[in-house]
Amino acid sequence: MGPLIVYDAISSNTNLLLAFFIGIGFGFVLEQSGFSSSRKLAGMFYGYDTTVLKVFFTAAIVAMTGLLFFSLFGWMNLDVVYVNPTYLTSAIAGGVIMGAGFILGGFCPGTSFCAAAIGKIDAFVFIGGLFIGIFIFTEGYPLWEGFHNAGFMGSPRVNEMIGLSQGVFAFLLILAAFGMFWAGEWAERKFAGNYR
Amino acid sequence: MRNKYLNPYIGGVLLGLVLLAANFVSGRGLGATGALRDTIATGVKAVAPSHYHNAAYYSDNYAMRTERPMNSWLVYQMLGLITGGFLSGIIAGRTKLTTERPSWVSSRRRLFFALAGGILFGYGSQIGRGCTSGSALSGMAVLSFGGFITMMAIFGTAFALAWFFRKNWI
Repeated sequence: MGPLIVYDAISSNTNLLLAFFIGIGFGFVLEQSGFSSSRKLAGMFYGYDTTVLKVFFTAAIVAMTGLLFFSLFGWMNLDVVYVNPTYLTSAIAGGVIMGAGFILGGFCPGTSFCAAAIGKIDAFVFIGGLFIGIFIFTEGYPLWEGFHNAGFMGSPRVNEMIGLSQGVFAFLLILAAFGMFWAGEWAERKFAGNYR
Repeated sequence: MRNKYLNPYIGGVLLGLVLLAANFVSGRGLGATGALRDTIATGVKAVAPSHYHNAAYYSDNYAMRTERPMNSWLVYQMLGLITGGFLSGIIAGRTKLTTERPSWVSSRRRLFFALAGGILFGYGSQIGRGCTSGSALSGMAVLSFGGFITMMAIFGTAFALAWFFRKNWI
């Protein structure tokens, strides 16, 4: 029964070792998919390369569907899996700031480490920026502590918010993903000229 | 296959399986910025121990919880990410020290925007409790409402600002 660490199937040291191997898979797939290139990532926002959309949503629906089936088969207790809590104010504000960072910097944090691993100097500089940004947050914490904790809603799942079961919501999300993949393929043809 | 990228849908399936494995093993998703915060906490602890024990953020999140802030799941996962990215780059013949930029963008300009973007992303990831990996992707997989909101805010903002920064990219 999973999660393995919750049910003491593995020791905490084994958990950390497995974290390393899971990380290898994470980094390997990101780099293989081209996420080590800022121009490829930025292509998402100019239409000439929608790899980000395809990889991101395929991964999300595969993991989501996998979790639901693992639960159905009794392999995993989803009630003890970490569900990111929702602080509405900071979820939106943080996302907006990150979105600005994405279009300026051309990376997100995970992809920047991947790119630095193969020698991209712009990625090293982006990572330097990440450390500065996080350090500003931790050092100035009392200034934005209230804002950071505003709008707390617990850890609701999105399907509960709109009154659907997890399975029905997952099915609709998969349909939506296929719609977005179609739009992505269309955009790549229409905006191919944006990549010079 | 040298230099050629993986089909994005296959890449997505593989990434989804990695994320599923993370949840199955440790009951949590993937992440990137958490490891950087752990690293900063360790640095602050080494350089300014009294500040580390007094300042609210480090005290509440680290000093009262753990002796070794970097002995964390996300730090090991990030070491793996760097290793995996490097291995992939070696296999594909993509390892090269270079500043990637369009031909009309100077290195200096590219690096300036990379730094500015990194600062914003780092700060935003802490305000929003996780970045594209930890909040948006991992959150979506467990159907977290906040994860969906953050995902839409990140991509919506990047699309909304794309026009203003188009000369950097297209």
